[in-house]
Amino acid sequence: MQTVTRAFLTEIIYAQVGLSRNESADLLESVLERMCQCLAEGETVKISGFGTFSIRQKGRRIGRNPKTGVEVPILPRRVTVFRPSHVLRAHINGETPSGADEA
Amino acid sequence: MTKSELIGEIAAANPHLQQADVEMIVATIFDEITAALARGARVELRGFGAFTVKRRDARTGRNPRTGETVPVDEKFVPFFKAGKELRERINAGTAASLAEKS
Repeated sequence: MQTVTRAFLTEIIYAQVGLSRNESADLLESVLERMCQCLAEGETVKISGFGTFSIRQKGRRIGRNPKTGVEVPILPRRVTVFRPSHVLRAHINGETPSGADEA
Repeated sequence: MTKSELIGEIAAANPHLQQADVEMIVATIFDEITAALARGARVELRGFGAFTVKRRDARTGRNPRTGETVPVDEKFVPFFKAGKELRERINAGTAASLAEKS
């Protein structure tokens, strides 16, 4: 199955909205960039009908190099977590998304 | 930040566009990612991250309240992995990022 990239999304925006290809690409970029900025500031990004991106703080822990078995400290860091909305989950499972939450 | 705030900010930064156009662009982006995942494709946006679909096998679950066993069908769940640039940006200034550079 072909991987969807910026080029593909740009083409769809171009076809649907009637902006130039260049401008479609720029707008896609500004949407992604704005989301990155929010996350970098630790802010949660909620896209209704799609999902929520949030930042989680991870504490320090001891990891191990799986190849050599050498213990290495994993420093505290922040990670992005994505929680898909039930609408997205339903789409992926080929169901018609309804208001009812079965899970 | 919510989707409507995102739309508002993009519209404000592009005064030559109608708010409705920006709404359509933002909706198109997320609708197309959804459609791609629904057909089992992977979505890769360098610098931002990648969306993939993972399969969860069927299993026997248990109703935590009553303890009775219930069959849980195989299902597919969306998964997001942050890209390198996003990962570096959210960690800028933390001990982990400083150690990585040294």
